[in-house]
Amino acid sequence: MLEIKNLHAAVDGVAILKGIDLTINAGEVHAIMGPNGSGKSTLAQVLAGHPAYEVTEGSVTYEGRDLLGLEPEERACAGVFLAFQYPVEIHGITNAYFLRAAINAKRKCQDLEELDPIDFMEMLEEKLDVIGWTDSLMERPVNHGFSGGEKKRNEILQMAVLEPKLAVLDETDSGLDIDALKAVADAVNKLRSPDNASLVVTHYQRLLNFIVPDFVHVLARGRIAKSGGKELALELESKGYDWIKEPAGV
Amino acid sequence: MTKEPEIRDEYVADYEAFSRNGGSGVPQWFEDLRRAAISQFSATGFPTTRDERWRFTNVARLKDTKFALANGERPTLSLGEVKQHVLGAGADQCLVFLNGRYSKELSSIGGIPQGVLAGSLRDVANSGSKRVERHLAKYAKTSDSPFTALSTAFMSDGAFVYVPQNTIIGEPIQLLFLTASAGRPVVAHPRNLIVVDRNAAASVVESHIGLVDGTYWTNAVTEAVVQENARLHLYRVQREGGEASHTATTQSHQRRDSSFALTTIELGSALSRHDINAVLAGQGAECSLYGLTQIQGRQHVDHHTTIEHARPHCNSWEFFNGIYDDDSRGVFTGRIVVHPGAQQTDSKQTNNNLLLSKGARADSQPQLEIYADDVKCTHGATLGPIDEKALFYLQTRGIEAEAARNLLTYGFGVEILNRIEIAELRDQLDQLVHVRLDEGAERRRAGK
Repeated sequence: MLEIKNLHAAVDGVAILKGIDLTINAGEVHAIMGPNGSGKSTLAQVLAGHPAYEVTEGSVTYEGRDLLGLEPEERACAGVFLAFQYPVEIHGITNAYFLRAAINAKRKCQDLEELDPIDFMEMLEEKLDVIGWTDSLMERPVNHGFSGGEKKRNEILQMAVLEPKLAVLDETDSGLDIDALKAVADAVNKLRSPDNASLVVTHYQRLLNFIVPDFVHVLARGRIAKSGGKELALELESKGYDWIKEPAGV
Repeated sequence: MTKEPEIRDEYVADYEAFSRNGGSGVPQWFEDLRRAAISQFSATGFPTTRDERWRFTNVARLKDTKFALANGERPTLSLGEVKQHVLGAGADQCLVFLNGRYSKELSSIGGIPQGVLAGSLRDVANSGSKRVERHLAKYAKTSDSPFTALSTAFMSDGAFVYVPQNTIIGEPIQLLFLTASAGRPVVAHPRNLIVVDRNAAASVVESHIGLVDGTYWTNAVTEAVVQENARLHLYRVQREGGEASHTATTQSHQRRDSSFALTTIELGSALSRHDINAVLAGQGAECSLYGLTQIQGRQHVDHHTTIEHARPHCNSWEFFNGIYDDDSRGVFTGRIVVHPGAQQTDSKQTNNNLLLSKGARADSQPQLEIYADDVKCTHGATLGPIDEKALFYLQTRGIEAEAARNLLTYGFGVEILNRIEIAELRDQLDQLVHVRLDEGAERRRAGK
């Protein structure tokens, strides 16, 4: 589904990613771990198409297409979703209005008819059922005055509604208490299917107790220093990041 | 270009002619108010940007053109042309004014409840109403603004609305001020007085709509008196023509436990200056001012607000948003005065300005004058272009960049539009906001 080759990226002329190689197949959950400043969030932002990050080398192929050649909205329409580490507050626009605009943008590129507010609410209620939430925060402005936990839950709700093929979760666990963490992880697990894949970026192993990854990659200084199965996360938990000195196998 | 003292003298001469002719036949007290006001105007003339209150607004376009009194003009307009501007709710309680003068033919007042007075100020004043005499020009001070002085000097017509005690009016009373074809630059001075008596409640929609593209000037003053435990929601929509100037004062005076809300929407005219003066003159009174400006081209809108907390335990909220495209310019002044003894005042002011282009500009200045020690006053202002982080966020949700830009801009508008409790008015304005947004997006796409 996703093939990242020798990806280099810089922000404001400073190189952050220095040669990432990563392949993700449908049905897989990959975790990216690493210390602060290792480039985890940069990778997430580059995949979503943030204009501030400049790709200086390498390629990203998504379902046979050159992902880097697409605008952020085109990537979204193609099924790429980024759950933000810091979701943005939006004045005046209610969650319902925003979500409907997003779902209709997606339907438009699928040549489907737009959903009217009534159809949309029906669809939304189904999704809320799937992820087991009743409180939908629908009539409040997007992320405005939301708690940290509500903002993160809201990201997951958007993911549930937009049904991405590739979901990138950027530190969705940071700042969550254990109950909120479980709720978010639970929702992500319910959305797992053989047809889609997730890339879970996290600083802490804790999340991976609940979202069990197929692969764990450790990022250090802009490269993948080590890859392994879910047990690698536990090793990191007990040993910290210091033992991973140099990128392996390069 | 006419020199300022000369044009001032011309308005004084106009006044003399007006008081002998078109403005004659009014009671003595009415005439006395006018005469005092023209003396006031004659002493000060038009404001200059040297005056702190007019620092950001240059009224040269009013000084450089001589505007004839619109009273003499008698344009004709069909009922059909008027109808599209009338809200369905309360369509039978709509007063229509054409070039500043009440039009009985175009108005529809059959639905006005018994006991409620809503009609031409001129007619009511001439009928010897003590109510008008008691309140008219008692709140909006001619010394506060030369334009209030001019309004008072040329007072001739406008709306008088009186809601008697314990009367609740469900549907809004509409005051529709239309300017239709005039062969030359004309000025109208519509003058409104709204009195909501004890325990009564009403909403009033005051709309100023230009049906012509030419140069004209509306100088409006509305005084609203909200008596003990009464409620008034006043909506004000400014949609003058593109070459028009609009100067206005909305002056409210509240008694104990009353509630006054003003929602003002500024979309039209080349130059608009709206002075909003709210006086909380009784304990426990509440006042909410909401404003939305959405302008483009070289339009200029200046909101100059003053809230006076004269008594204890009063609350005031102020929430103004501005959306400025092209080379337009917005000004917001939020002056809050807490008088000695006005303890337990709770006042909150917010002013957000969105600049959609490099040429757009906004100035925001809070002015707090607090002479009591047990008060809560907060204020905040934002100013800047579209938030790039928010733009990216929306794009990652599949929304195309221009549409995302418009959605974010719409958010600024809808924050204020949501305060409008009349669904039809809200929908109508919502649509106007959207039309502007689409036009803006179209221009940006074409410019790329």
